[in-house]
Amino acid sequence: MFDITQLLDEIKASPYEEIVVTAPHTGVVTFADVREGARVIGPSGTWKEKKGTLLATIERERNQKPIHAVEKGEVKEVLRHLEGTFVEAGTPLVRLRHFLSRDEVLAIILKKALHLFVAPERAKYYFAPDVDKKVKASGPRSVSLHEGMDLFIMSRMKREAGLAYSGPSGVIYAVYFQHNENVDAGQPLIGVCPPDQLSLIEDVVARVQTEWEERE
Amino acid sequence: MDTEKRTQHLAERLGYIRDVFGGKHNENIALLESKLQEFNLRLSEGSISDENAALTTLEDLFDFVERKLEAELTPMDKVRIVRHPQRICLRDILENVYDNFTEIGGKDEHSIDPSMLIARAYITRRSGKKTINQPVLVIGQEKGHGEEFRNGGSVKPWGNAKALQYMKVAETEGIPIHTYVFTPGSYPVEDYPGAAQQIARNLYEMAGLRVPVIAVFSEGGSGGAEAIGLADRRLMLSHGYYSVISPEGGAAIEGRLRQGQRAAPELIEKCAQQLRITAEDNLRMGYIDHVVTEPPLGARPYHYDFFRGLRQEIIRATDEVILGVKGFAPFRAMVLRRRRGKAETMDLDNMYVRWSLSASAKDRLVGRRHRKFNRLARNAARDRRPVLRKLSNMGWDAWWDIYSYFKYDLLRKHQQKIAYLVEEVEAEAQVLMEKVAAPWRKITCALPGGSCQSSEETERELTTLSDWDEEGQRNGNWSYVSPRAKEDRAITCPNAATHGCLDLWAPDLFGEFAGVCTYCGHHFPMEYQWYLHNVFDEGSIFEFNAEIEAGNPLGFEGFDVKLEQAKKQTGLKSGCVTFEARIDNVKLVVAMLVAPFRGGSVGAAEALPLPGLRARHRRHPHPGRHQRRHPDAPLHHGRAPLHRGRGPVPGAVRHQFVRRAAGQLPRLLALPVLHPFGQHRLRRAGRHQGDHGRGHPAGLPPGLSRPVARAHPRHLGPPRRARQPEAGPSDHGRPQPLLPVARATARNR
Repeated sequence: MFDITQLLDEIKASPYEEIVVTAPHTGVVTFADVREGARVIGPSGTWKEKKGTLLATIERERNQKPIHAVEKGEVKEVLRHLEGTFVEAGTPLVRLRHFLSRDEVLAIILKKALHLFVAPERAKYYFAPDVDKKVKASGPRSVSLHEGMDLFIMSRMKREAGLAYSGPSGVIYAVYFQHNENVDAGQPLIGVCPPDQLSLIEDVVARVQTEWEERE
Repeated sequence: MDTEKRTQHLAERLGYIRDVFGGKHNENIALLESKLQEFNLRLSEGSISDENAALTTLEDLFDFVERKLEAELTPMDKVRIVRHPQRICLRDILENVYDNFTEIGGKDEHSIDPSMLIARAYITRRSGKKTINQPVLVIGQEKGHGEEFRNGGSVKPWGNAKALQYMKVAETEGIPIHTYVFTPGSYPVEDYPGAAQQIARNLYEMAGLRVPVIAVFSEGGSGGAEAIGLADRRLMLSHGYYSVISPEGGAAIEGRLRQGQRAAPELIEKCAQQLRITAEDNLRMGYIDHVVTEPPLGARPYHYDFFRGLRQEIIRATDEVILGVKGFAPFRAMVLRRRRGKAETMDLDNMYVRWSLSASAKDRLVGRRHRKFNRLARNAARDRRPVLRKLSNMGWDAWWDIYSYFKYDLLRKHQQKIAYLVEEVEAEAQVLMEKVAAPWRKITCALPGGSCQSSEETERELTTLSDWDEEGQRNGNWSYVSPRAKEDRAITCPNAATHGCLDLWAPDLFGEFAGVCTYCGHHFPMEYQWYLHNVFDEGSIFEFNAEIEAGNPLGFEGFDVKLEQAKKQTGLKSGCVTFEARIDNVKLVVAMLVAPFRGGSVGAAEALPLPGLRARHRRHPHPGRHQRRHPDAPLHHGRAPLHRGRGPVPGAVRHQFVRRAAGQLPRLLALPVLHPFGQHRLRRAGRHQGDHGRGHPAGLPPGLSRPVARAHPRHLGPPRRARQPEAGPSDHGRPQPLLPVARATARNR
């Protein structure tokens, strides 16, 4: 069993993740007016229709394309020496420091605490019909799993195969895949929590909710 | 009335004056306030000998100040008056003007939209000793003295739909409709049926309502007012406003404000002045017929004399409309004429006019209404044609009217019979010829190379799969090429993030691909000239109404300059281009709104040609219309499919236009209006094509992937052999529109 306090302290020690904004394609880079230490915001609006802060523009074939911040945070570094130069696709342009929100921290901790059932190959995954019915009716936590249970339908190139669950018995605590979207091999599909640990996990959630201070 | 009540009433009047003037005329307000305070003080001390006399003096002072301030009202003050919670609302009118009423369609919160109030009301009149109850339908926005759930009279689309529904009920019952406009504008939601769409539907239906409609405007803000405002007679309360846009909205446009910003009060004041929103302005410009005078500083629920006057005005307006179309009623009409403008002295309750109309009177009523509103538009736009030209045009129109009457109305009645007769005779002759020619044919068929053997081409056509019709493609040879195609640059599709479209080279995109993204099918806006030259048959466009010029009917400051600029830049006189054209030999009358001319926004000059289009269409009937038996029958209903088993459906884009054109011409005033930035329509056209399952890999130009072929401008080819009218069993050599072909083939597959 992991130590929740230690894990939280670890995250608190560096409560951010670094986002590297790279050039989407080749072109001549012009940086916008962003300085190190400036605050930037990510896409906003009901449908994320408002773009984030403009970081740079990249011009190829006289077609200027704006590059916006993808998350809110602080500008850590602007690679100014690239100003006006022709860059290859994937060249880092700006480094952002994104402070973790409560939900993100929770997701990190849960991924460590829960037993993750991973996707064996890249495919679209669906719950098996009887499980799906239960999930839709009363939420994923109502499904109790045991070894060898028919849990998923794996759909790949329109060919479908059943997928049985393997791992400790428990309930589905978190669902990590989206309906109709591909999941890469090795990515978690669900997080399973054994029944005896359920109270512990709920404790963790409560602790994060109360203890984590969100920073702008 | 006891003293307490009266002082309370005076305090309310004072508050009203303060609210209306919003910080102006403070000395007058201070005077009233001090007098009222003094009176209250003396009252509490008990030092007034004659309370009644003192109060009357005070009330007289209030009256005096109100009359004095009345003269200094600015348009913006009037806006504040109509929006004040103490302003009369529709319920007050129903209670005080009508003799009895029943709200229908749900009351208060139980209504689908509490801001739209509908009631069946009665007006009781006497004719000699007889008492007659005349029912009317009252429709109007209810502000409810600031009740929250009424949304201040902003009606949601379904509220307007409800109003329309009950207007039709009134039409069925044959009772007049009285509408009361108390709205700052419609509620800005576009949920079904859509604010603008529903208002348009209301306008369309109201234009044809076969009962008299009387409208009274108190607050008439933009489209919300129009939803119930198209009336035979339009009265306006003297302190109301009626405007294309609220002063705040106008200020936001003038000040180029962005969302969330607020306009400065001075700018709003100026816009209120400029927009000519008051009753006098509207009367001068002819948008309303009569002004109903209100007491100083606007009517409030306790002004019972005002309600009495309003009742007389309403009755008179209804009587006038009825008598105007009814025929013979000289004495009563005379009475109405003589009492014009004297609402106080009128007593129309003792004169009886039956508020029902005969069928022909209803026709006259609707005709009058059409002419009335056409005239309004004509006055607002400028027509600079020389007099001689106008006369000659009128002459031509008259000639065409006569010609079409003979050709299409008179002849058409017998056309069917003649056609059937000819058919019968032809069929008889055919059988006879078969018999006679049979021995001869036997001989010729026996000879080698006889004419009865089908040609190889016919055989191939009937037995093999059809080919992609290559000749129909333009392969980038456009009659008009966008100037943007000359730039050497790449363009990013707006859907790139979601659809993964790669950048497109401008010459390819705007030259070859007709502005269609080859990856996702997004249509980039094209110039209106592109549509003119590439959608219609070449050289078939004949423009008319080009002389109609956008004007500045309100005299809005600076607007003339902007108009001149737009005219100079575009070389057009208004944002609406009207022309006759052909698509694959199907004649159309088209109105096109042009975006470069002030964003394609529609003003009087843009809207004016639209009813004219219909008249024009009537004079020169086009196939789409004249093939139809019943004006409301579905287009080409039950026609024999031509074109069976032939190649792909020709040009989907053009089809779409033809379909809209042919299908909707007779029904709508607005004909297929091509917006030059009509991506939506084109995209739909693409989908329409997709519905027929036209993936035709064999027809793809080499080196182009499938989506390219989809977006490829092959739809827009010149007329092809396949589209020529083929004499089917049921057509008599008339030019065929394309639609039945498309539908028939779609059905067959």
